[in-house]
Amino acid sequence: MVQVQSKKNAEVEVSPSKIIRRRILAHKGIILGCFLLLIIILMAALAPVLAPHDPYHQVLLNRLKPPFWMTGGSWTHPLGTDHLGRDYLSRLMYGAQISLLIGLATALISGCIGVFLGLVAGYFGGRIDQLVMFLVTVKLSVPTILVALAVVQLVGGSLEVVILVLGMLLWHQFTVVTRSVTMQIRDMDYVTSARTIGLSAMRILFTEILPNISNQIIVVVTLTMASAIVIEAALSFLGVGIQPPLPSWGIMIAEGKEHIFFRPWLVLIPGTALLILVLGINLLGDGIRDVTVPGGRS
Amino acid sequence: MLSYLFRRFGLACLVALSVSLLTFALLHFSIDPAIAIAGEDATSEDIELLRIAYGYDRPLWIQFGEWFLKALKGDFGVSPYFGLPVQTLILDRMSVTFTLGALSILFAIVFGVSLGVIAAISPNTWIDRISLTVGVFGQAIPNFWFSLLLIIIFAVQLQLVPVSGSESAASYILPTIVLGTNAIPPIMRLTRTGMLDTLSADYIRTAWAKGLSPGSVFFKHALRNAIIPVVAVSAIQAAHLLGGSIVVESVFALHGLGMLAYESILRSDIPTMQAVILIFSVFFIGFSALSDILNAYFDPRIRIQ
Repeated sequence: MVQVQSKKNAEVEVSPSKIIRRRILAHKGIILGCFLLLIIILMAALAPVLAPHDPYHQVLLNRLKPPFWMTGGSWTHPLGTDHLGRDYLSRLMYGAQISLLIGLATALISGCIGVFLGLVAGYFGGRIDQLVMFLVTVKLSVPTILVALAVVQLVGGSLEVVILVLGMLLWHQFTVVTRSVTMQIRDMDYVTSARTIGLSAMRILFTEILPNISNQIIVVVTLTMASAIVIEAALSFLGVGIQPPLPSWGIMIAEGKEHIFFRPWLVLIPGTALLILVLGINLLGDGIRDVTVPGGRS
Repeated sequence: MLSYLFRRFGLACLVALSVSLLTFALLHFSIDPAIAIAGEDATSEDIELLRIAYGYDRPLWIQFGEWFLKALKGDFGVSPYFGLPVQTLILDRMSVTFTLGALSILFAIVFGVSLGVIAAISPNTWIDRISLTVGVFGQAIPNFWFSLLLIIIFAVQLQLVPVSGSESAASYILPTIVLGTNAIPPIMRLTRTGMLDTLSADYIRTAWAKGLSPGSVFFKHALRNAIIPVVAVSAIQAAHLLGGSIVVESVFALHGLGMLAYESILRSDIPTMQAVILIFSVFFIGFSALSDILNAYFDPRIRIQ
């Protein structure tokens, strides 16, 4: 009897982080998402060590070699070479760095803007909230890809410009989510007591509220990273984003498009990498949302 | 309902005004429009002359006011690259984009709703899992690459449809699939959860108890109620589709508004860019207002807020 009692207590006392850890390991989407994301992260991180060739080195006599599994392919260039004789695998690996950088940097910029607006709107409510929500409505009505294309083209395409423009265009989801969660917890006891002991509003927002909504924000970080990566690839594909010779996957797909009739792998390889990355991030984001919901989802 | 309509319309106008002011200012800060017209190798005197001729020397808000008032009357100025009134260009290209948009949203609704219903009727089976997988892929696949993938499979390998161009009806097939696929996941998910909720309701149990056929229970009783939020979300998705049309039209060389936008962007043709951005955002605002109104029509609680 006593044993049963203590066992029950032990179950009750399992910490929330342990519950979440347990749910993560049981969630197929998270495991698969992490695995896919890990492939790309390893590609990016190990590019300087593992890439067989310099991604910018052109050997014009060695153009358009097929990958190793096709006739005429060899292990010197495992994924073949592009139209300028550059090693495709090396370009693919360095391209992973660009996509990850775009995703992270854009999420950071738009996260700062969006979370701040959301915190302020959700905490103060009233006029400020109305103003912020109006800004969100206006932002949503701006055709994102069109404006990103136009501004990047007019200013001049480069890695920094793409990151800045996307950061300015993708903050709205952060605001919407942060605002609604902040509204849910702004009248909780610990926030009220912080207010009672005279903490400033900014201090309450950043030390009391922000740490408690980080799970929801991480989910939006994944969503925003995925959109930023896809939009960058689309801009570069259209010739308006990052400029050659940088090995952006979008540029690689655009260059491969010229050979779509006889060498479709030039389009298929970088596109598959892009799909794996976006799929991994999406699965991870959906999974984090599932496991951090109080009570969990079936 | 009428007062809700008025408020929603007022908000839509205010948003449209703000968006156009914002994008107008954004483009003017991105590049000096006089340089954009004159080209890179023009002398500074030429640029000054152009600046005065086109009125770019005046304060930004006066330029905006003039442009906006003219735009309201349908006059978007003359395109420096095409040498034609922007209005003519847009009217020329509009039908392609609207055909594509209408086909795509139709495709997305048909597939999204059917997949959602099938998944909800047999939850946690392989059919349900397949439709969820379709949803995950539909969300993740970049549409420009999906276009190329379909071209490789259906136009190059199987040679079933033309590779590009907007001459025949067949050239709309692949672009419709690409654009529609983007809209399938949200429509499918909403149909599925809506159907699952409705199927557990008391009146469905009554319908079963009366001995009605499964077809009648699923479609006449359940789907009718589950479909309500789907209608509103489809309106939003229709608005999102237009944004994707710029990429898809350029890949398939369809001469629609998206292609016009792309061409004008490559040529730094600011009047055309501004007009297309305005049209795209007005459509988005219109569709999202439509979505809100549909929601309010079906759910009276929303009207009072």
